[in-house]
Amino acid sequence: MTVMGVTQILIYLAALVALAKPLGAYMARVYEGSPLWLEKAFGPIERLIYRLSGIDPRAEMAWRTYAAAMLLFNLAGMAVLYLLLRMQGRLPLNPQHMGAMRPDTAFNIAASFSTNTNWQNYSGEASLSYLTQMAGLTVHNFLSAATGMAILAALIRGLKRRLCATVGNFWFDLVRGTLYILLPLSLAFALFLVSQGVVQTFRPYARAALVEGGQPQTIALGPAASQIAIKQLGTNGGGFFNANSAHPFENPTPLSNFFEVLAILVISAALCHTLGEMVGDARQGWALLAAMMIVFVGLLAVCLWAEQAGNPRLAALGVDPRALEAEGGDPLWTQAGGNMEGKETRFGIANSVLWATATTAASNGSVNSMHDSYTPLGGLIPMLMMQLGEVIFGGVGSGLYGMLLFVIVTVFLAGLMVGRTPEYLGKKIGAYEMKMASLGILVPALLVLGGTALGVMNASALAGRANPGAHGLSEILYAFSSMANNNGSAFAGLDANRPFYNLLGGMAMLIGRYWVAIPTLAIAGSLARKRTVPQGPGTLPTHGPLFVCLLIAVVLIVGALTFLPALALGPIVEQLRMMGG
Amino acid sequence: MWQELKTQLKPALAMLAWMTLLLGIGYPLLMTGLAQALFHRQANGSLMREGERIIGSELIGQPFVGDGYFWGRPSATSPTPYNAAASTGSNLGPTNPALTEAVEKRIAALRAAEAGAASPVPVDLATASASGLDPDITPAAALYQAPRVARARGLSEEAVRRLIQDHGKPRTLGLFGEPRVNVLELNLALDKLAAGK
Amino acid sequence: MNGKITRPSLLDPRFLMAGMKESVKRLRPRDQVGNPVMFTVWVGSLLTTALFVQALFGHGEAPAGFIFAVAAWLWFTVLFANYATAAAEGRGKAQARALRAARQSIKARRLKEPRRDATAEEVDAEALRKGDIVLIEAGQAIPADGEIIEGIAYVDESAVTGESAPVIRESGGDRGGVTGGTRVLSDWIVVRVTVDPGESFLDRMIGLVEGARRQKTPNEIALSILLAALTIIFLAVCATLLPMSIYSVREAGAGKVATLTALVALFVCLAPTTIGGLLAAIGIAGMDRLLQANVLATSGRAVEAAGDVDTLLLDKTGTITLGNRQATEFIPAPGVDEKELADAAHLSSLADETPEGRSIVVLAKERFGLRGRDIQPLGARFLPFTAQTRMSGVDLGARTIRKGAADAIGAFVGAQGGRFPAEARVVVETIAKDGGTPLVVADGARVLGVIRLKDVLKGGIAERFAELRRMGIKTVMITGDNPLTAAAIAAEAGVDDFLAEATPEKKLELIRQCQTEGRLVAMTCDGTNYAPALAQADVAVAINDGAQAAKEAGNMVDLDSNPTKLVEIVRIGKQLLITRGALTTFSVANDVAKYFAIIPAVFASTYPQLGALNVMRLATPQSAILSAVIFNALIIIALIPLAIKGVRYRAVSAARLLRDNVLLYGVGGLIAPFLGIKLIDVLLTALRLA
Repeated sequence: MTVMGVTQILIYLAALVALAKPLGAYMARVYEGSPLWLEKAFGPIERLIYRLSGIDPRAEMAWRTYAAAMLLFNLAGMAVLYLLLRMQGRLPLNPQHMGAMRPDTAFNIAASFSTNTNWQNYSGEASLSYLTQMAGLTVHNFLSAATGMAILAALIRGLKRRLCATVGNFWFDLVRGTLYILLPLSLAFALFLVSQGVVQTFRPYARAALVEGGQPQTIALGPAASQIAIKQLGTNGGGFFNANSAHPFENPTPLSNFFEVLAILVISAALCHTLGEMVGDARQGWALLAAMMIVFVGLLAVCLWAEQAGNPRLAALGVDPRALEAEGGDPLWTQAGGNMEGKETRFGIANSVLWATATTAASNGSVNSMHDSYTPLGGLIPMLMMQLGEVIFGGVGSGLYGMLLFVIVTVFLAGLMVGRTPEYLGKKIGAYEMKMASLGILVPALLVLGGTALGVMNASALAGRANPGAHGLSEILYAFSSMANNNGSAFAGLDANRPFYNLLGGMAMLIGRYWVAIPTLAIAGSLARKRTVPQGPGTLPTHGPLFVCLLIAVVLIVGALTFLPALALGPIVEQLRMMGG
Repeated sequence: MWQELKTQLKPALAMLAWMTLLLGIGYPLLMTGLAQALFHRQANGSLMREGERIIGSELIGQPFVGDGYFWGRPSATSPTPYNAAASTGSNLGPTNPALTEAVEKRIAALRAAEAGAASPVPVDLATASASGLDPDITPAAALYQAPRVARARGLSEEAVRRLIQDHGKPRTLGLFGEPRVNVLELNLALDKLAAGK
Repeated sequence: MNGKITRPSLLDPRFLMAGMKESVKRLRPRDQVGNPVMFTVWVGSLLTTALFVQALFGHGEAPAGFIFAVAAWLWFTVLFANYATAAAEGRGKAQARALRAARQSIKARRLKEPRRDATAEEVDAEALRKGDIVLIEAGQAIPADGEIIEGIAYVDESAVTGESAPVIRESGGDRGGVTGGTRVLSDWIVVRVTVDPGESFLDRMIGLVEGARRQKTPNEIALSILLAALTIIFLAVCATLLPMSIYSVREAGAGKVATLTALVALFVCLAPTTIGGLLAAIGIAGMDRLLQANVLATSGRAVEAAGDVDTLLLDKTGTITLGNRQATEFIPAPGVDEKELADAAHLSSLADETPEGRSIVVLAKERFGLRGRDIQPLGARFLPFTAQTRMSGVDLGARTIRKGAADAIGAFVGAQGGRFPAEARVVVETIAKDGGTPLVVADGARVLGVIRLKDVLKGGIAERFAELRRMGIKTVMITGDNPLTAAAIAAEAGVDDFLAEATPEKKLELIRQCQTEGRLVAMTCDGTNYAPALAQADVAVAINDGAQAAKEAGNMVDLDSNPTKLVEIVRIGKQLLITRGALTTFSVANDVAKYFAIIPAVFASTYPQLGALNVMRLATPQSAILSAVIFNALIIIALIPLAIKGVRYRAVSAARLLRDNVLLYGVGGLIAPFLGIKLIDVLLTALRLA
């Protein structure tokens, strides 16, 4: 761990926390329907959309109606994307003449983008038309993110309301989340990215004569900046190019890197404060943010250590894995050192590791380095981050509502231990909430384990591995951890564009998303109907350090207990073998 | 639930249509317009030209193999290295024998070219980049190659070293990222220096 | 009903034997299927037993001895859990039997026919059923709620209503209802019983402690769901480990695939068997503890709700204060000797059977040694208290002694040309302000003075309220007194709030209002007129001496008729939850160590490098697996006493309670198995058992 590396990480964390409060408070206003100055610009569009769609944005919905609207909207979007992928060859804005996708590939992509997973079984620059990227993927980047945030808004209302049968209006939440949060941020961010060198053009790919001669270089281009802005802000992560944010046209400079990795976590972090604002007790939001932050920093430190230590097998061959900062007084003897396989020079170790941890903490899944080539321990961290259920920041909206499911389990245990029927923010947690929370936590874990087990028994799945042995198991485990938890990053050596992964993975993404979202809405509905118990001396405080520690313990223990055996056979044994030579 | 689904179907379809128009067409078009107007060069790939001829992008690495050029990061793109239409890393696992083999070969090639330089090889010269298009190498990696380049170009090591220093990029604001040297820029400058010699 | 029941010790050999028999009996699938955690262990035991049989025939996946050992300990795990439940039920049953036997009930004279002179038989009040006819004579308690069909009597209903003056009850009209637990002061009545009495309460309670009719409480259901979810996860973990193990063996080209025995062992160790095995025992033991405190509850739900109570409504009379007001002081009017006042008061009260009247006699005796006098020979005529006159007294020759409310006496002396002295009026007001009741005594036209009747607080009541406050419970006193009096008593008793001039409607409204605010309201009282309020309250403790209607409306009955018993009930309710929470935390925390024992062992042959995870340095893979399984079984036995006695509860803040319990059961649960498993491994190795 270098001084400069740690400094950059600290600046990052400080910026993240600093932005959480103003952005969080602003988002609370968006979902509460308070007046916003941005309404001057977007208000007419908002009203126009409601009118054209025949929607009364103030009509309150019971949770079932809310869920029905959410499901239908997502299903329709998924169907349209599927058709787009199948027919892109016959549609305009296709300068490279990309052909139709295979049905299983198209299904997987459609499931992937509508569930905010953005797992990519294809190479963007080699298979998608500009129209598909824009009208298909960019749209889903916005809408899947807005959907996640809407569900969270409904859950927060459930916590806040008392004796109320409704949890808000899905269309209102969807449109406002898009127009007042995601779109304005994306506009500004995309423009900044272009200034840094991210491409935004409809021109065909450029051809360059190489300096040293030989075959000319075809340079892929496209309207990338507009998609990258939202892919980071909306924790989508699907790259415009195959190498994702390691590609110099997606992430050209250290500055673009800093703001992209900030964009990955900023909304999820700020939503904690939105929760605090909306329930009228900011401490509740800070407590959740603190819990996320502690796990994040802890796992980040492990990953940083592992990657900076490098690969002893390469060191044995004569590479210099040391971090050098003007070694021997010579300013040119400088290098990041560590394990640079699959990492970019401009990012070095610290920024790669920070990104890897952040992108898997959030269910973003974009990468600026190749996780498959991480040291086993370094690669275990992103994998574990996903296996924890994408609740350490997590996807926009989905991360916090996932965390709240863990909060329900935690207050349940804690409540029992102080001898009271558990309650959170004054809402008693009963068997119904427990059932729904258990479902939400259980289902992704089962999908990961089940998918991996099927994968290691399936010949086609095994043929997709890029690496043998324990690492091959890690690739499959990572794939299902990523898909079932809607992350989308990969141990990318795995050739996942096979019917096995496309179909099973597509199902895992759909179930992993909606089988958590629907119980969450059910909890929202159930909580909204309850009374709010006033705070008293017998109430367990859910904002203190003790509760934060307990929450962390529950998240870590559930994650660790579920995945430790599989991890032992993958990264853990690989690390031990690597260390043992 | 069925009743709810029925009532929400029409709004769902209408909403999807209008949102696609706004976010899928309106937003990227607006962004492209703004980008082309405000940051024309960057928006189109930061391309470098010699007259009308495009000789590359300052952000995209190129393969260099001659002793007289600085070599960039090993690239795992296929079919050829630095294929800017198919970015990818090697995705080799840390204990994959294929990785050790590849690194061993690279080290052997470097050592052969550096005429028996025994010092350890800077790690970025022996390991493939994430994108396969990494335009940069570390200052250490450039310095490591300086003797070879100087010899091949008939320049003094000192001159080559100065060149590296001049084209080295420090951390942004002294804080962000890693110090690095853009290989394409360095090699173009090298060509210029050699030509003016 | 105060006799402590001796309960069987957990170590009593006879008790142990019965428990063991019962645990074996409960191996039937029918008894297991209700508890998903233990049911999966049961299936695992069957599976390993089958594997053992297979091994006996030479096709075993592991040495038969090893499989046998694992299978045996898995069966023990199920048996131990069964034993825990059986032990808790056994204690409950013993308790219930003792309770039935020891319960002294009111005797009643049941008539064959609805006439006073019909043949009668002596029966327990408990045996009375709706429609039975009983005869009650002066001095006897009314055994059950009913309706008078013959006779008229003065009835002391203070135990029920708190109203100290006796009331007339007679057949016909709207004064024909009598309440169980009240007492006939004069004459006799024949009553038709209108309700089936409290027997049902006892039966319901016995059902709860015996486990037969035990229904899961809401929190227990929620916990069961969590435990089921954990079980499913661990089932998936172990099931998916098999293909992963096959893959690993193939890739590594070394070792053997994980055996089913090892995977079942891993599953049983990970599944929350500790809490799963003890869950039923904890619930039963909680009800048992309640019964031990002489409280009958109709449902476990009510006991659990008691732990959540944050507002407690208490009836003043009979709960905070002793049932009846007592004379504490004679305050003579100017120019009157105190003894003269005492003497007049004494005379007027000799025939007064109301508690106040008796207390005046007692006070006069204490202060001035006045003896009981037979006043009949003096031609005395006693005038009882009536609602019209609102005074009582005695006519003794020419003397007309009266005592009563100030305004009534004022009217009385005024009618005889007398005057109510201003000094006496000041005294009257002062007494009222202090929370007492002034009783003015007059002899003819002359006001002699004032008797201070005072509510007497029950002993130790203030301490109880302090404790309730520490538990986070707000106390509200309910009284029919005026606000002035109520405030004084409230301050003296140390309650947080009071409701004065309460009517049944106001009480009901108060409860509803508290509930609307989201509070959980407990109420303890004895009066019939509280029945609607009791029914509305979340936790309603009726006093056993109280009215039958109250008992039916409430969800608990306190046999000791000790209104502050609620503190005990709350404590038991909390203890019940804490015990469950603590053992769940302990159970889950245990899993960490078990992983470190079993994972390296299962994969030792494939990946010897994983031996680095064997931090306990367990001797062999087999001893490691066996040690973990044995620890897992023994910990159930070790925790039975805790499950039955309950985790200690102290009235401290929630945060502190949580911290202490997390440290003890969470951190302790993390560490304990490391030591335990290592110890068992050392023993197994030393004894060459594995």
